[in-house]
Amino acid sequence: MMLCKLSFKNIRKSLRDYTIYFFTLILGISIFYVFNALDSQTVMMNVSSSTQDLIKLMMNMLSGVSVFVSFILGFLIIYASSFLIKRRNKEFGIYLTLGMSKRKISFILFYETLFIGILSLVVGLLLGVILSFFMSLVVADMFEADLTKFTFVFSSSACLKTILYFSIMYFIVMIFNTISVSRCQLIDLFHSAKKTEEIKLKNPYLCILVFILASLVLGKAYHMVTVEFLTLQEVTDILKPILMGAVSTFFIFWSLSGLILRIAMSIQKFYYKGLNSFTLRQFSSKINTTVFSTTIICLMLFITICLLSACLTMKNSMNANIRKLAPADAMFTANMNLDQYYEKYRDYGYNDSQIKNSHYTAKEMFELFDFDITTYFKDYIEVNTYATPDLTMNHTLGSKLDSIRTQFPFLAYDTMEPIMKISDYNQVARFYGNPEYSLRSNEYMIVADFKSIVKIRNVALKNREVIHLFGYTLQPKYDSCQDGFLEMSSQHINTGILLVPDSIVDEGYLVQNHLIGNYKTTNKEEIMKIENHINQLDQDSKTKAYLLPSGSTKLAIKEATTGLSAMVTFIGLYLGVIFLISSAAILGLKELSESSDNKERFKMLRKIGTDEKMIHQALFRQIAIFFLLPLILAFIHSIFGILFVFKFLEVFGNEELISSVITTAIFLILIYGGYFFITYLCSKRIIREN
Amino acid sequence: MDAILKVQRVEKYYGSRSSLTKAIDQLSFEVQKGEFVAIMGASGSGKTTLLNVISTIDRVTSGHIYVGEQDITKLKGNALNRFRREELGFIFQDFNLLDTLTAYENIALALSIQNVSVKEIDKKIQEVSKELDITSILGKYPYQLSGGEKQRVASARAIVTNPKIILADEPTGALDSRAARMLLEKFQYLDKMGVTILMVTHDAFTASYARRVIFIKDGKVFKEIHKGNDTRKEFFNQIIDVVTLLGGDLNDAL
Repeated sequence: MMLCKLSFKNIRKSLRDYTIYFFTLILGISIFYVFNALDSQTVMMNVSSSTQDLIKLMMNMLSGVSVFVSFILGFLIIYASSFLIKRRNKEFGIYLTLGMSKRKISFILFYETLFIGILSLVVGLLLGVILSFFMSLVVADMFEADLTKFTFVFSSSACLKTILYFSIMYFIVMIFNTISVSRCQLIDLFHSAKKTEEIKLKNPYLCILVFILASLVLGKAYHMVTVEFLTLQEVTDILKPILMGAVSTFFIFWSLSGLILRIAMSIQKFYYKGLNSFTLRQFSSKINTTVFSTTIICLMLFITICLLSACLTMKNSMNANIRKLAPADAMFTANMNLDQYYEKYRDYGYNDSQIKNSHYTAKEMFELFDFDITTYFKDYIEVNTYATPDLTMNHTLGSKLDSIRTQFPFLAYDTMEPIMKISDYNQVARFYGNPEYSLRSNEYMIVADFKSIVKIRNVALKNREVIHLFGYTLQPKYDSCQDGFLEMSSQHINTGILLVPDSIVDEGYLVQNHLIGNYKTTNKEEIMKIENHINQLDQDSKTKAYLLPSGSTKLAIKEATTGLSAMVTFIGLYLGVIFLISSAAILGLKELSESSDNKERFKMLRKIGTDEKMIHQALFRQIAIFFLLPLILAFIHSIFGILFVFKFLEVFGNEELISSVITTAIFLILIYGGYFFITYLCSKRIIREN
Repeated sequence: MDAILKVQRVEKYYGSRSSLTKAIDQLSFEVQKGEFVAIMGASGSGKTTLLNVISTIDRVTSGHIYVGEQDITKLKGNALNRFRREELGFIFQDFNLLDTLTAYENIALALSIQNVSVKEIDKKIQEVSKELDITSILGKYPYQLSGGEKQRVASARAIVTNPKIILADEPTGALDSRAARMLLEKFQYLDKMGVTILMVTHDAFTASYARRVIFIKDGKVFKEIHKGNDTRKEFFNQIIDVVTLLGGDLNDAL
């Protein structure tokens, strides 16, 4: 009972000093709950079955991410608690001299962890339930679900999961605590406070050298992910610049820790002004020992910034893309004349009769399956695409092929280029509301919207490469690719379609027939019924002999996009928030303990007559430097990180880049800045004399 | 001679109405300009409280303390801080040096919080460190210094601002006898240079370096003796006599 009381009092004491840590714990628990309870919110919503599937997929992803998150939070908790225990050496020393056994001290810690665990779980879950109420509004908005059916939901499974995960974490903390108590020596406990760290100034020349080297390596890493972007082909290729970046980050902080003081000391007017010498000395005496954690925090901030802005951009662009890139209700494509390339399609897994029976247009094929397009479609168009082995990228790139090939060795140069009659394309463009084009009889042009391919193709077009097709020689009309597409999709994925004059096309090279149309109805449920019907055709036994046209519909694209963008947003938010609060909490915790270590020093400053204002200023600066240093480098990293990510996500388009970067910045300032401010206020209270 | 410090009927009470402790009880004395005064008393006699109220770290319950013409019991807030950094110099038993700063920077800090220019700071530090014989150790950190050296650095910090009065709280308390003697000889040297020193101690040997010793018992002045033209040893014997008179209260005086 005595032990219980002791630990209870200890908690009350540390609750006041380390509010920021408990606050983070509670926040972590509630966020964990919110994201694991997402599905229970969507259950109540009226959404299609494919959306349900997407939500299920999203939940699986989120629970995978949750494991990762629990590792991060677990690391935070273990780090923080072992950190807090180290600060209580003297207290344990007193217990031990009073004759308390180490086992009992372990029990005190056990009770403490238990109390903190229960307390944080209860408060965190309560907060989580409240937060998930607001979250469900966001979810409903995202899936465009009916809000009238919305009710307040409590997810018991998420609750149990949270309790289970955090119990495991607390249990591990208990084990760690017991180990650290059983290891401690009485003499060390009493002397730990008095140990003065030896202050060693680093060799400035070595620092400069290391700084320059690290900057060069970092610059190279930046270069690799941006300018040399297209040479990164394998997933493992990206590991190299990341590793280089991480290592050079460490060494930049290492050298800076020595250099900042040196530089400041050489500017005597600055150094011997007010408490500047004190602040700088404080800073450099600590950064020597915190280089590693500063590096970790810098990298975590970097990941957060990139993750958030990438996810937000993806989400914003995807939503914008649907409007633009899926302008018609449905599009069906029938592969035709497969027997021209019998071997190839054989390898694709088509059977003989399917290949033999591939001379029907999409509409004819549907009729074969007793499905009449005209019953459901208000208006529709039918267009063809052609292809020939005589026209691949090898040919369209012309004389530029070799130089491009050495630069981008992994492009599919041997794939046949899709060819369309200009009149067919204009029909599509009219239907989609895209610009139409005209060609003279000796001209060709390329429409494409996949940016990195466009760039490559433009090299050849600028060089005015001539193509030879069906016995004709064609000049490019434009010296760059024009915007446009045939296939509806959620992204910019048109790698290029060659438009040629109608008169030159040889019908023998017909490979695909497309049917694009709009439904008679605009009612979502009726559309779903039609599309279900089409999907059901797949069960028909005729599919053994005939290939059903493949289709993509606006609704399906939209649902897939919504699901994907929701998934991306939630995962981004989830990880972003957890990373941010964990790193800010570690920093805050370090600074708070720093402040209580500095209590004596500030007392000394007061004794020699320093103004309170000056002391607060020094404290503010000290904390600000520690918070800003990793943020500044993380910010620089992020510029290149974001550039890289957006190149990577080019297919999604990045028109919304600025707005998502701004959103990320606001997010960062609110959370990180909030932690900074709270740390400052708490520190001020700690150093205040009673 | 002018009185640089006037303590007039100062009282300091601790505790609540029900359990009142009079730490200082109607205490009055004066310190003249350029004097070296020691205040002696047993633990609990109120000598530390006295030093605290003079140094404005603590406030008096009643009475007045004048430093020069200024009544410091009336000062508040930043005026108090300004008074403390411009008019007073402190030397503490545990040195109170900032361990992250070098000796030079520790001394400089006392000046830089008064916005003294860099040039001036350097000039003053060089002067004062010559006087206290610490020129060679200015670049070292406190943990690299011996106790005596630390206390001389702390003394340098105290006098570098040219304060009206130096307050020393058990300056030899953490020093071995050799270092203590060296420090006290420096104090005597400073005294000759015209620095006013008020030193609190319970050590008769330390007190014997002063020109006047005020004994405090239960918050009141018990006795006051002057060195006059006596040698330090004779003065030391006089002090011991008073200590004996005080009985066992000061039994750790030697």
